[in-house]
Amino acid sequence: MFARGCHVGVGRLCLTLPVAAIVAMVSGAAAQDAKDPRSVALAAYDRIATVLQSPRCINCHPRGDRPTQADDRHVHGMNVQRGADNTGVAAMRCSTCHQAHNNDLAGVPGAPHWHLAPRSMGWAGLSKGEQCRVLLDPRNNGGRGVPELVAHMTGDALVLWAWSPGRGRMPPPLSIEEMKIALEQWAAAGAPCPE
Amino acid sequence: MAKFTFTLNGAPATVDIDPSTPLLWVLRDHLGLTGTKFGCGAAQCGACTVHVDGEAVRSCVYTIDSVEGAAVTTIEGLSKDGLHRLQKAWIEHQVPQCGYCQPGFIMAAAALIAQQPKPSDADIEASITNICRCGTYARIKQAIRSAVMP
Repeated sequence: MFARGCHVGVGRLCLTLPVAAIVAMVSGAAAQDAKDPRSVALAAYDRIATVLQSPRCINCHPRGDRPTQADDRHVHGMNVQRGADNTGVAAMRCSTCHQAHNNDLAGVPGAPHWHLAPRSMGWAGLSKGEQCRVLLDPRNNGGRGVPELVAHMTGDALVLWAWSPGRGRMPPPLSIEEMKIALEQWAAAGAPCPE
Repeated sequence: MAKFTFTLNGAPATVDIDPSTPLLWVLRDHLGLTGTKFGCGAAQCGACTVHVDGEAVRSCVYTIDSVEGAAVTTIEGLSKDGLHRLQKAWIEHQVPQCGYCQPGFIMAAAALIAQQPKPSDADIEASITNICRCGTYARIKQAIRSAVMP
């Protein structure tokens, strides 16, 4: 057995380092990050991206005309289409099945103003950096600046549904409180995007 | 239990019922309108399609608490005499085989042509996603096309 805290694994190798050296490395890196707002913001965006790329967000941010559904992100059943106003087509609107609240008996999720994000905010398949740049571009996001984006991501009823997704659906990997903190850190440093 | 009041086929209706009850069962079991059918119970097949404020709704998953104050139309209320232009087209083209799913198809088609008076074949295919085990899709399309012809 290895002594706790003394070993760094590299593949099948295990390198023995003094505990003091590891503590110095970690605390040194943390101290450097703390002084560099951009590093803090980029680290925060890494956490934000795990939410934005979770099924709860990305299922309704397709780049094409077909949304996906469920945690495995399969193509939405019933031939659901985007439609001209992002709420489906005549006789097959989002509201044909989705109400303003979850229906856990039937398994149909619901929240106020259920709809797809506009095509300009399609994120499926984008890298973190690409998604960040799309998100920030006012030509794509409805003319929102960073404060409005943060307000949307922390206050919109449909966005907040992600944290109460109903039976059989996983919430995003961060709690809403963790998401708010990450967004504040990201915004405070000018909302930088990863490469 | 809670009271819900809405308009049903033009007349006022009130039910005192669990808010999570699907509209389908309110219509069929509590209000005696059995034209709307139960198919899958999961919003997949569309046999239960009715209109809520003019929009097609799959009533098997649409709970009664979302209907408060709304106008609900079922196949019984689509026309006074059962001769809505779609119903006439359905007869003309002898669309149904077993007929079970047809009220849902007609209600979906009625919502479509109310919003798109001249739907293309692509519009029909995108909008009418109901399921017919008898496979009457070709005749359904013909009937919708003829119903919107001048």
